[in-house]
Amino acid sequence: MHRIGVFVCHCGSNIAATVDVERVSNALAHEPGVVHSVNYQYMCSENGQQLIKNAIKEHNLSGIVVCSCSPRMHEATFRKTAEAAGLNPYMVEIANIREQCSWIHKDVEEATEKAIVLARTAVAKLTLNKPLVAGETGVTKRALVIGGGIAGIQAALDIADAGYEVDIVEKNPTIGGRMAQLDKTFPTLDCSACILTPKMVDCAQHEKINIYSYSEVDKVKGFVGNFKVTIKKKARYVDETKCTGCGVCMTNCPSKKGLNSFNMDLNTRPAIYIPFAQAIPNVAVIDPEQCIKLKSGKCGLCSMKCGANAIDYKQQDSFVEREYGAIVVATGFKPISLENFNEYGYADNKDVITSLELERLMNAAGPSKGTLVRPSDGEHPHVITFIQCVGSRDVSGCGKPYCSKICCMYTAKHAMLIREKYPDTQVNVFYIDVRTPGKNYDEFYRRAVEQYGVNYIKGMVGKVYNENGKLMVQGSNLIDNEQVTIASDLVVLATAIEPDPSVKDLATKLTISIDTNNFLTEAHAKLKPVECATAGVYLAGVCQGPKDIPETVAQASAAASKVIGLLAKDKLKGNPCVAHANEMTCTGCSQCAEVCPYGAITYENKEFRIGGGKTEKRRVASVNPAVCQGCGACTVTCPSGAMDLHGFSSAQILKEVEAICKR
Amino acid sequence: MVFSYYPGCTLKNQAKDLDIYARKSAQALGIEIKEIDEWQCCGGVYTSSPDDIAPRLSSIRILAKAKENGGKLVTICSACHNVIKRVNDDMKNNADINLRANNFMQLEERYNGETAVLHYLEMLRDEVGFDNIKKAVKNPINKKIGAYYGCLLLRPNGVMAFDNPENPTIIEEFIKAIGGTPVVYPFRNECCGAYASLKNKPLADKKSSAVLSSAKGHGAEMVITACPLCYYNLKRSGEDLPVIYFTELLAKALGVDGDE
Repeated sequence: MHRIGVFVCHCGSNIAATVDVERVSNALAHEPGVVHSVNYQYMCSENGQQLIKNAIKEHNLSGIVVCSCSPRMHEATFRKTAEAAGLNPYMVEIANIREQCSWIHKDVEEATEKAIVLARTAVAKLTLNKPLVAGETGVTKRALVIGGGIAGIQAALDIADAGYEVDIVEKNPTIGGRMAQLDKTFPTLDCSACILTPKMVDCAQHEKINIYSYSEVDKVKGFVGNFKVTIKKKARYVDETKCTGCGVCMTNCPSKKGLNSFNMDLNTRPAIYIPFAQAIPNVAVIDPEQCIKLKSGKCGLCSMKCGANAIDYKQQDSFVEREYGAIVVATGFKPISLENFNEYGYADNKDVITSLELERLMNAAGPSKGTLVRPSDGEHPHVITFIQCVGSRDVSGCGKPYCSKICCMYTAKHAMLIREKYPDTQVNVFYIDVRTPGKNYDEFYRRAVEQYGVNYIKGMVGKVYNENGKLMVQGSNLIDNEQVTIASDLVVLATAIEPDPSVKDLATKLTISIDTNNFLTEAHAKLKPVECATAGVYLAGVCQGPKDIPETVAQASAAASKVIGLLAKDKLKGNPCVAHANEMTCTGCSQCAEVCPYGAITYENKEFRIGGGKTEKRRVASVNPAVCQGCGACTVTCPSGAMDLHGFSSAQILKEVEAICKR
Repeated sequence: MVFSYYPGCTLKNQAKDLDIYARKSAQALGIEIKEIDEWQCCGGVYTSSPDDIAPRLSSIRILAKAKENGGKLVTICSACHNVIKRVNDDMKNNADINLRANNFMQLEERYNGETAVLHYLEMLRDEVGFDNIKKAVKNPINKKIGAYYGCLLLRPNGVMAFDNPENPTIIEEFIKAIGGTPVVYPFRNECCGAYASLKNKPLADKKSSAVLSSAKGHGAEMVITACPLCYYNLKRSGEDLPVIYFTELLAKALGVDGDE
């Protein structure tokens, strides 16, 4: 005999303003199986939960229906409440009368009617609920960090310092990421390399950290606590264990015309190279597209000169399979391509550069050894014009609709550094708005304007063209309400940033969702900013949304603390709402396994008695409950109806439909 | 190949050259362009008010007629092309405008944007092919020529879909096809002054002479355009650089520019 309790929440006025909660609880009191029905102001509050607990005990309830907000919000809360009162947590059903009712209706009569139907539906389902017990799985005490920029480095160091093993997978030959390319960092103007490279060295020397550089994630299997990841180590044609990073190979390589991607292609590098002096690992790599030996078989100079005998032209891509309990995604960003922005003449004029190119031009280890010169003729530029929001806040479809967040600050930094180092230079900045929220950020920008005399012009630029060697920047000055044309020697485009393109493929492998701008989606915009909808996967850095270094580091540490919290557990409770096959009706047709996105279904040949003392062997489906995520794809695919889902059985769903249709 | 042809009012008056040489060239290239019967004004300027149905009606009449006659409409005047193409887009994609316009017009068959609107240049590129024009050229125009696009052919890019609005190439390709050397200069897609020339002549002159001096500075011996308004503004700006309709140059190259 069912003894069901119904608890209707007002949610302050969120529900009660549109739904007559009194009528709902009264109506439900007369439903078959319901022995107790009440309403209360805030069911999720401590008092509300106590009210539920008391009722469970007092009325000896066999199950409860809470009419409140979305189950995504508080189902877990009320399951815990029920469990504390001795009820199986899966004997709890939520009727969502807020998001799916009070919030979307205006008419009280209509909304109340609908709330009653939704509550009846939940009661109907509950009559078929069975107590479920979640299984337990172990936890592999090792974390994987994908991406070796500042986000990945920080996350790895934090996790490793807590005593857990961490592997960093970095697609480039060295860790360090974008931050390694920067010259100075805002708002304190400390040297980027000076604060980053010690952290890179810490990673290399940490006994708990293992770096897979020049490697990519190839396959991901498994689930929270038990991921199995195949890592592809790309052939670098250099034996990592032998190379000492002496650089003799680089000086002897005759093929020196490769574009130096670390310097944003502003100068060249040899076919065998170490990206920069402080690279971690400090190991050379050969670009197979550029290497004469690999392309034509002739040369081999680097091998002859290498004292460590580290060159291996026959090296192939290799694969390593590793197990992890948790994964941090920190794949970072790249500046957008400027092909949609012909008005700025980037492709046609060498002296129109991006901000990241300017970082390299101003860096002491850059192509011009830190002396700011025009890429076209090596002359010192006397008038420099910055254009902000190139591709950011752009709803025309050419760029990105979002604010890239870092550009206002780094442009102020560039302008200030140039005025400091070259006071004879006139610096102009075209901007839409200057956005500087952040500790000491607005002060920083004001310093650029007031102390350093940077000429900020509110307005956008329509065209940059070359006239007799000068770059004419034609724009509008909205404050003075006039068209201006500024003859400049160098034009710097504050280019929008976007997630690294590798993230799309990775999102598919990790079954994490991605938004329209290719940023990875966190589990909750406010309350779960580093978690993913996929358990055990965490986000750090720009792969989740535009952010600067301080925010990236904070998010990376947050992701690390989540990972540490997960790895500290010896056992993880699973989700008991998983699929199971009825072996009596299963025909072994394999259709369920084909649709299962998690690879949870296998088949076995089982012996069944068929009467008359005889047996027969049949192929039947078997679900691994630890891998199944309860998505239900198999249950709707199964032609014989043998697949069913605990907690969401076909019978339960039909019972719900029946309740909705019954008037 | 048969196309419906809409010349528009200016091509019957001030810009007769644009029309005459277009017809002669088409004939030389083996294309029949058939002027639509009893055509009316395109509307002049595209109305940016979505509630305004009346200024769209004459364009819809043109489009509906072209639909009956094969479904491909060729225009030349940049302004007409801009108006007709945008109204066509409204009829295809704006359910509200479509409904109200059709309700008012009571055509035998409702018009839903079925007609393909082609600029003469697009017809040359996509239907004839610049390679075929190259083969048909009898008198290659051996000159340095600046293409002047103006704004109406290029923008709004989403609807016009004519060429890259910041870095167009179609007229340069055309110039190569007739044997000329295209001069790429930065002001080829800047404003000529447009209708400012009615009220503020000095402003229009400033804009137009910036265009021509930029072309001249980059070595152009002449500038070609498809727009009667641009032609008017450029001509009166006072710069001494020849401005010619592109069709006239085409006819010259094809050897059909003489009086027959």
